[in-house]
Amino acid sequence: MSTVQIEERFGAFGGRYVPETLIPALDELTAAYRAAMADPVFTRELDDALRHYVGRPSALSSAPRFSALIGATVWLKREDLNHTGAHKINNALAQAMLAVRMGKRRIIAETGAGQHGVATATACARLGLECVVYMGEEDMRRQSLNVFRMRLLGATIVPVTSGTRTLKDATSEAIRDWVTTCPTSHYIIGSVVGPAPYPAMVREFQACVGREARAQLLERTGGLPRTVVACVGGGSNAMGIFHAFVPDAAVELIGVEAAGEGLQTDRHSASLSLGSPGVLHGALSLLLQDANGQVHPAHSVSAGLDYPGVGPEHAHLRTTGRATYVAVTDAEALEGFKLLARLEGVIPALETSHAVAWLAANRGRWSASDHILLCVSGRGDKDVAQVSEMGILAT
Amino acid sequence: MGSVSATTSSDVLADRLAALRRDGRRALVAYCTAGHPDRARSLALLRGLAANGADVIEVGVPFSDPLADGPVIQRSSQRALEGGMTLAGTLALVQEAALDVPVVLFSYLNPLIAAGTDVLERAAAAGVHGVLVTDLPLGADPERERWLGEGPLEFVRLVAPTTPAERLAAITAHGRGFVYLISRLGVTGESAELPADLPESIARVRAVTDLPICVGFGVSRPEQARAIGAHADGVVVGSAIVRAADTRVDAACALVRDLRTALDSR
Ligand SMILES: Cc1ncc(COP(=O)(O)O)c(C=O)c1O
Repeated sequence: MSTVQIEERFGAFGGRYVPETLIPALDELTAAYRAAMADPVFTRELDDALRHYVGRPSALSSAPRFSALIGATVWLKREDLNHTGAHKINNALAQAMLAVRMGKRRIIAETGAGQHGVATATACARLGLECVVYMGEEDMRRQSLNVFRMRLLGATIVPVTSGTRTLKDATSEAIRDWVTTCPTSHYIIGSVVGPAPYPAMVREFQACVGREARAQLLERTGGLPRTVVACVGGGSNAMGIFHAFVPDAAVELIGVEAAGEGLQTDRHSASLSLGSPGVLHGALSLLLQDANGQVHPAHSVSAGLDYPGVGPEHAHLRTTGRATYVAVTDAEALEGFKLLARLEGVIPALETSHAVAWLAANRGRWSASDHILLCVSGRGDKDVAQVSEMGILAT
Repeated sequence: MGSVSATTSSDVLADRLAALRRDGRRALVAYCTAGHPDRARSLALLRGLAANGADVIEVGVPFSDPLADGPVIQRSSQRALEGGMTLAGTLALVQEAALDVPVVLFSYLNPLIAAGTDVLERAAAAGVHGVLVTDLPLGADPERERWLGEGPLEFVRLVAPTTPAERLAAITAHGRGFVYLISRLGVTGESAELPADLPESIARVRAVTDLPICVGFGVSRPEQARAIGAHADGVVVGSAIVRAADTRVDAACALVRDLRTALDSR
């Protein structure tokens, strides 16, 4: 059994910038996580749950019509086919199993799009854990279907009315709950953000995405992709699919952020493209902030990307140049949403649609013999009500 | 500038608390958020807190994402930011207040980083004596902890009820001024009752340090302050003062007077 890698810092980024009260809880979590990953009983149980409950390994689909448009062979890593419809379940289920091991029967989570909240509520239902989900009022409005799903699964939803009423404030509220209840509660953070050990642990729980895809591509194409593309909110689906490819220097890694109404406006979520180093939610990373160190509200049509920070490992990969980060506007993402639906019969989540749109905007960039791996982080069912209200089907 | 700033000692905060201890008195540390409810009333409040019996004033630097704070201080922070308050503005406010009691900045790390590496010197020049950073626990960032520890301000460290004994010793060894003991699990805010094991928590800290111990988070009423005064060197009252100041500065001053009377009548 190899021991897991638990970086406290990624270059200059990461760390544990939290109230003192949480330090013992983070120490306890680090120790429990390390022990669990070294315990074949835990890893076998996790593997079993991923296989028979989540439905892993997820399919790798060819995308002939989309490929024809792009001018290279595009492969879709189908996290949308997972139980609950996104990659979020990989992490939520693993952390919930870890919580059981730690004897913590109350789970706290934050959610933006509601996918992580649904995934966590699902894992808690399966394992018989109490589940409290913090969600911004604005996101509850945008993602009402997921609010209903979480309630159906037995979770308590706490509306967050402070600040921007989105993911940022929901995360702050979840942390405040954890500071108050840490001896008995486990906080299942939904992305590769937060204080150590979360960024490394969530990456590991999502790394199955890239490990599977790498093996599937080697088997199907006999080689590695030229480019791996994923959307970046906090960055968990991107870290999950990137991780296995980081040592493959010839493989280009592209993370697609939300440019919202445009990078030249102040309404976007492009923390990697336009942020500066700062501390939010327990980690030093790239952050949208003003000259006084006040966090700048993010914006994206997609609730799951609407976050002013980003996981510290992405900040590091950007700094070293190992990964490249680009941004796509709301309007382009909506086109991407429609495009994948029409060309491949796959309705992507609005988050994923950003990555789809970046590929479409860059068609002709690859040679015909290239292979491109696209992480379809989730399905778009949760978004159809919002998108239909926007009237894009009129075109 | 106030008389305290004129002293030659570099440890004004520690000296003030030591003097209180010598006299058998307990320190009243009063918190307010800079710029709350607005700049003019914030200035009046700072002076009012000092005039009505606060021994030390903690001035909160407003931050957009105060994750260690409960609703009352969160709202005060948001209101102050809407009024245009900044860290530079906070220092100007402290300077203008010219208080004759020591001032401790209570900040999150991000506004401090954004203010630049000379901010500690600027704060000292404005009449600030100590600094307390809610989201910078021991070992989180050695470089920035050194910056704060070796600068002109007394770097006050926080300990929590969850902090194990070994770590308590390490934290207090790095602290200056006083040790800020968080009374309970959770964020700032008022509590109906103090934790039953608070005397033991104080004794655990006492066992590892000679620094004065001030207890905060959840302390709001005079009788709670008096009860804590039986064990600790001081109390920190925040949310109750801020909530009173939401409506009237006078009400906050009256609360401080009552807290002072209670602490002195042990
Ligand atoms: C389908 C989907 N993709 C992506 C994201 C963004 O999160 P991350 O960047 O952590 O993958 C979300 C978040 O809610 C999501 O639901």
